[in-house]
Amino acid sequence: MIAAIIALPALSAAILLSLGNRTNKFGPWLAIGASTGSFLIGFWQFLQMLSRPEEERAVVTTVYEWLAVPAAGFKVNFALQLDQLSISFVLLITFVGTLIHIYSLGYMSHDENPRRFFAYLNLFVAAMLLLVLADNYLLLYVGWEGVGLASYLLIGFWQHKPSAAVAAKKAFVANRVGDFGLSLAIMTMFIVLGSVSFSDVNEGIKGAPAWVSLTLGLLLLLAACGKSAQFPLQSWLLDAMEGPTPVSALIHAATMVTAGVYLIVRSASIFNASEIAQTAVVVVGTISLLMGAVIAAAKDDIKKSLAGSTMSQIGYMILAAGLGPIGYVFAILHLITHGFFKAVMFLGAGSVMHATNDNVDMRRYGGLPKVMIFTTITFFIGYLAIIGIPPFAGFYSKDHIIEAALSHSWWAGAAVLFGAGLTAFYMTRIVVMTFVSKPRWEDDVHPHESPLSMTLPMIVLAIGATSIGIILTQNHIFEHWLEPVTGFVEPEPPFSIQTITIITLSVVAIGVLAAIWQYRKVAKVAPKNVSFVVTAARKDLYGDVMNEALLMRPGQATTKFLNIFDKSVVDGFVNGLGALTTGISARLRRSETGYVRSYAMSIVVGTAILVIALLIVRL
Amino acid sequence: MVNALIRLAEASNQESISFEPFVFWICGSLAVIGAIGMLISHKAVHSALWVALTMMNLAVLYVVQSAPFLGVTQVVVYTGAVMMLFLFVLMIVGVDASDSLVETIKGQRRIGILAGVILVSALVLLLGNSFSIQSAQLSDADSIYGGNVQGIAALLFGKYVLIFELTSALLITAALGAMILAHKERTSPRKTQANMAKELFASGNYQGPLPSPGVYARHNSVDTPALLPDGSVSEISIPGPIVARGVTKKINQSDLNEVQIISEGLGLVSSEEDDKQ
Amino acid sequence: MNPNAYLVLSGIIFSIGALGVLLRRNAIVAFMSVELMLNAANLAFVTGARVWGKLDGQAAAFFVMVVAAAEVVIGLAIIITIFRTRNSASVDEASLLRW
Repeated sequence: MIAAIIALPALSAAILLSLGNRTNKFGPWLAIGASTGSFLIGFWQFLQMLSRPEEERAVVTTVYEWLAVPAAGFKVNFALQLDQLSISFVLLITFVGTLIHIYSLGYMSHDENPRRFFAYLNLFVAAMLLLVLADNYLLLYVGWEGVGLASYLLIGFWQHKPSAAVAAKKAFVANRVGDFGLSLAIMTMFIVLGSVSFSDVNEGIKGAPAWVSLTLGLLLLLAACGKSAQFPLQSWLLDAMEGPTPVSALIHAATMVTAGVYLIVRSASIFNASEIAQTAVVVVGTISLLMGAVIAAAKDDIKKSLAGSTMSQIGYMILAAGLGPIGYVFAILHLITHGFFKAVMFLGAGSVMHATNDNVDMRRYGGLPKVMIFTTITFFIGYLAIIGIPPFAGFYSKDHIIEAALSHSWWAGAAVLFGAGLTAFYMTRIVVMTFVSKPRWEDDVHPHESPLSMTLPMIVLAIGATSIGIILTQNHIFEHWLEPVTGFVEPEPPFSIQTITIITLSVVAIGVLAAIWQYRKVAKVAPKNVSFVVTAARKDLYGDVMNEALLMRPGQATTKFLNIFDKSVVDGFVNGLGALTTGISARLRRSETGYVRSYAMSIVVGTAILVIALLIVRL
Repeated sequence: MVNALIRLAEASNQESISFEPFVFWICGSLAVIGAIGMLISHKAVHSALWVALTMMNLAVLYVVQSAPFLGVTQVVVYTGAVMMLFLFVLMIVGVDASDSLVETIKGQRRIGILAGVILVSALVLLLGNSFSIQSAQLSDADSIYGGNVQGIAALLFGKYVLIFELTSALLITAALGAMILAHKERTSPRKTQANMAKELFASGNYQGPLPSPGVYARHNSVDTPALLPDGSVSEISIPGPIVARGVTKKINQSDLNEVQIISEGLGLVSSEEDDKQ
Repeated sequence: MNPNAYLVLSGIIFSIGALGVLLRRNAIVAFMSVELMLNAANLAFVTGARVWGKLDGQAAAFFVMVVAAAEVVIGLAIIITIFRTRNSASVDEASLLRW
């Protein structure tokens, strides 16, 4: 039954991709059906899990024996693990996924080939479900690569656009770097611990030497950085916005990019065993959350700004996951609330773009509440949620992360507080530029509200963004729910919780006010004379420049050198041999004159030599 | 004659008989002269005759060395059959530039002569002392079967019968091969006389006997064109090459007068009418 | 009579024959030179038969004659065939089989 959660979208994707254009008519509906079915089965499983006592909630189902090398003691089952952590993800993925499927129905209605799009979406959902349901790292890796593939296909969905094709390639390559970390980690697990299943690794890591947990921790962190666009592998996420907006909402905001957080939380026992690895995770999270926020505050492209925000918010989650048992639960909590409010904002952005002829420049928006009220309201709810205004969802999750960070160290706490202020600044900037300010539309743009298929998912998600935080934190439901999987320790911040809330809200208020003051008037064209921070942020904080200087240029130089080496030395040697042979033959063949008498001459000369030799022997 | 040869051969077996050196020196020298003659003759026919000389002398040397059968065979097969075949082929092929002794391959003559000289000296040095023993009595071997011819026959049909059979197969094959090689396949039907006549007249040329040069002229040399009874020149009376060289004799008035006189004498034209004209 | 004299004679005739093959362009003369070389070999055979007192050498010379006859027949036929197509009996003319 658990397998059916994965099988439904996988089957649908297979049908849509293999049967091709014949499925054009019902393709989108089949995809939505598969996704919905997946959600319903997941929800049913969730209810069943609730009905069981706490100790029996986690179940492992072995579908079949997948790989077995008896001689090496290697055995991996195709086994699915349904516990509190994975069911949370299953519900998030299938619920948000289904809503975004429905949204895509409207958004992609003008596209040439929505069937292919839905097939890829289903493929993504199946792979993501496999990722979170796997009971061992190898199966997780399959899902991990599957979502990478789906992400590549969907970023490059409009492959006729060179920018989209390049962005897809970039995302794929950056992800490969992280995937290397994961595959190396899996190999290390097998070599050192003899197994790759979660339970065996959790058991084995307790008795293993310190370097094992450190190595595994750093490798898994690398994997998480690649998939979750964390520093230093963050550069692909902004370019990934070349894909259709539903893709940005589902894959590059709500689900796939959070796979890194899932990986770290799932590997809690490894990180718990190594303080250095944990600190590395916190540092990476801190850097990413600040970088993302700075980038988001400078971009005029609404999707890229939201992408920077995503990077920043995932930085929060990674940071929380690095804090250990006090942070895991809040990382997942923030992940779920973020999934709702970031999805609703991306869908809102898509709706705005849909209304303005696919323009993404926020400097040409403004004055939208009058023409698209649903979009405005739902986006505004998402906005309140992300900056952490109670009682919206973001407040609960982010507040808890700030508490946990403060109880970890002063610098982490300061960073998340500063990040909260930046979040308030850039989100206010987006809202002001997009909705509140005066219209600055292009001449031929006539904004209008999107169809019901688009507004409905936004409304549902907005309701979720409003309520999910308060529901999940009521009486510590979520902490207790996840505690059997990740463990939980109550954070002990240096200040009282009320003080922290007040500090946080003041910081947020400062950010909001600063943004309103700064953007009381919005220019149609981005100003040129800006501080170096803004210039750097507009260039993604030189992430691409760094990659180019550190990796691309040396790589190209090496390639060039090897190419020249191959052409001159290797080819030179081979061609030289050939030329030598041809040269010798060209001279030798001159001896073949075709004259019988020349040949006779060689015979006579040979005879003379033989006779002389005979003579010498006889003498 | 055969008996005389056999007697000569028997006599040569006697160590005491001392004319063998004379025979050797005379015939050997002639053989070498014949060979050299073949080498330096301009004409292939002369070469063939020189070779025949060499072979004849070799035949004598065979006989001297107690091989009368081979001597006779040499004369019959080589001088008689093979050399005649050569001459026949020479008749077919005729004489052409290949008879020229001017060397066309660079260095061939120089290196060839050098190699030849080296080969000769090496062979002479090598063969000059190859036999340490003096000649044995071949007459013993001959006498077992009652003679040289019988002895060879015994060997051919006894010890070497298989080789003998094989050589016969070789000869048959060679005869067949020569037939096939020399055979010319006819690719069109044989022309009949009617065909040839049609071909002849189809070209549209003058087919009657050509007038001979100098007819009605003062000269009968080939460059003098024939004159027709009306005094005009017959172009076809002069051979083509002379026309091509442009050395045809001009016709002058006296020739024409002569023609007229002859014509009048024959009563072909009335002189009065001519005078008026 | 020293039989080595016959061998030396045969060597000289053989060498002259070889020179003929090398230097004469007329295919028929070249052929005659080959015949000459065969005859020189025959002389050596006959001399050997005489020295050893056995007839086997003479039998071998006989076989050489037979083979030479066969060879002449085929060789002359080839020369005629070549002459028919190229109108020349020069061995240098038939030099297409080259680089």
